Amino acid sequence: MNVFKEFKKTSRHLTRQQRHEHDKDAPILHAEKLSMRYDSGDALSDVSFSLQEGERIAIVGPNGAGKSTLLKIIAGVQKQTSGEIQIFGHAPGGHICIAYVPQRNQVDWTFPVTVADVAMMGRVGHLGLFRNPKSHDWDVVQNALKLVKLNHLAKRQIDQLSGGQQQRMFIARALAQEAEIILMDEPMTGLDATSQEDIFGILDELQARHVTALISLHDLKMASERFDRVMLINKHLLAMGPAEESLSPEHLISAYGGSLQLIPSDEGTLALSDTCCDGEHHIAQ
Amino acid sequence: MLNFFLAPLQYPFMLRGLSAAVMVGIVSAVVGTYVVLRGMAFFGDALAHSILPGVAIGYLLGDGKREPLFWSALVTAIISALGISAISRNTKIKEDTAIGIIFAGTFALGVALISTVNSYTVDLAHFLFGDVLGVGNSDLRLIVIFGGITLLIIFAFYKEFMVLSFDPVLASTLRLPVKLLDFLLLILIAVTIVVSLQTVGVALMVAMLVTPAATAYLLTKRLPIMMAFAAIVASLSGIIGLYISYYLSIASGAAIVLVCTAIFGLVWAGVSLSKTLNIKGAK
Ligand SMILES: Nc1ncnc2c1ncn2[C@@H]1O[C@H](COP(=O)(O)OP(=O)(O)OP(=O)(O)O)[C@@H](O)[C@H]1O
Ligand SMILES: [Mg+2]
Repeated sequence: MNVFKEFKKTSRHLTRQQRHEHDKDAPILHAEKLSMRYDSGDALSDVSFSLQEGERIAIVGPNGAGKSTLLKIIAGVQKQTSGEIQIFGHAPGGHICIAYVPQRNQVDWTFPVTVADVAMMGRVGHLGLFRNPKSHDWDVVQNALKLVKLNHLAKRQIDQLSGGQQQRMFIARALAQEAEIILMDEPMTGLDATSQEDIFGILDELQARHVTALISLHDLKMASERFDRVMLINKHLLAMGPAEESLSPEHLISAYGGSLQLIPSDEGTLALSDTCCDGEHHIAQ
Repeated sequence: MLNFFLAPLQYPFMLRGLSAAVMVGIVSAVVGTYVVLRGMAFFGDALAHSILPGVAIGYLLGDGKREPLFWSALVTAIISALGISAISRNTKIKEDTAIGIIFAGTFALGVALISTVNSYTVDLAHFLFGDVLGVGNSDLRLIVIFGGITLLIIFAFYKEFMVLSFDPVLASTLRLPVKLLDFLLLILIAVTIVVSLQTVGVALMVAMLVTPAATAYLLTKRLPIMMAFAAIVASLSGIIGLYISYYLSIASGAAIVLVCTAIFGLVWAGVSLSKTLNIKGAK
């Protein structure tokens, strides 16, 4: 362990020192030739892109394409093997303006905390060591829960939430964190249409507040209809742009290869489907 | 009736034993909350066993005196906590396997060292199963100091430990010193084990870490309340266990752990029963 770095983090946490001033002219996020290599092989290779403030971007690609890896690198949880990433013109790691919403199956739902407790965790970075939440922090949490329509469930145990409510709780935590970039790993997986709509409603609200959202998903139709731009990856960045461009048949075939199904549809056009992890088919026009 | 409770208290050894049992109960229950929530029961058990060689060395060098024994146990506990985490992090070997190897190896070394002493069986039994009625004033002082420091640290880093245990990824996006906190928790578990050494001994130690916290977990789903309940269960078990030990001449460590387990059993049965009734009632 790098003892020195850990102590630096501790002292920063202690003093609540402002981590990095934002450089307002720089793009909100810029990645340059990002690569991630595991013992098992490359997860990402030479991925470069920029994000503008307030954009909503979909990340699509087959299983194992590196979507989760990319999100974790941006969050600063994992370190890339090569390449550079800049957030407001600085390396990540110095930023707490990024919120990461985990894949729901990676959360211990039996942990003894309530919805409000989890949302309050987003404030911990703002509080610093040895300091308890003040009334301002409770207000922030209260407002965050109101925005995601969970204020009536604030005292509820987290193992007693529906899938959609769980996802909204994590968005509330991101809001409490006052994040400017929110990263979500497959938030729509396993949710019914109503819950998905609820989340898009909240995402619209976030967008109105200029929060940039980077969201991985397997539903190509949803990606093409509900996002400003779509990023298609399979280890390499294959395309990034408006859905009509990035989800063209050529791009999709190069991303999905054999697992892509081409189905003639009623209108005589081709419908493309991504055979996802749960065996469902997601159709894009 | 009153006499039943007061009679044992005329003995200073009983008073010291009770104070030690309550203090140790509170500390190990609070630290044990994290052991339970983070699934570290096996680690705790192994760590407790692995301090035996340290105990033996302290015992041999210190001529049976208590204080050197405490310090050498503390050093051993910290070394083996770090050793276990280093081995499982830096090799292909899975964590539980690494724990198993260190645990059995060091434990055997401890038994071997103690077996060189003449009064081998008696002394070994004390280390393995505790001897809370033999707690002296200086032992009590060490228990209060180190137990108190441990509790203070747990409360000072309350929100950091909570975030780290619930969502390590959030902890690193919030730029908390994750590795340092993980490390600190290992040290706190090690200190707790050494502090509890005299009460329940190394072989029964894991019960103090796990059983009260698990009992509390059945009763509440709030972290601070879970800690409080666990502390209450543990200190009650300490008191009741010592009375049982006094009147029925049962080994004190075993008596405490048995009471603790019985409380867990009762709570578990009660909770299961009320769940079944609720389901039936709803139908
Ligand atoms: N910690 C790790 N160690 C080794 N290999 C890893 C690790 N994490 C991910 N990988 C590998 O990196 C590749 C990319 O994984 P990643 O989880 O980023 O894919 P994904 O696009 O999120 O997939 P999915 O759609 O299934 O969620 C995979 O081949 C995976 O096996
Ligand atoms: Mg993934």
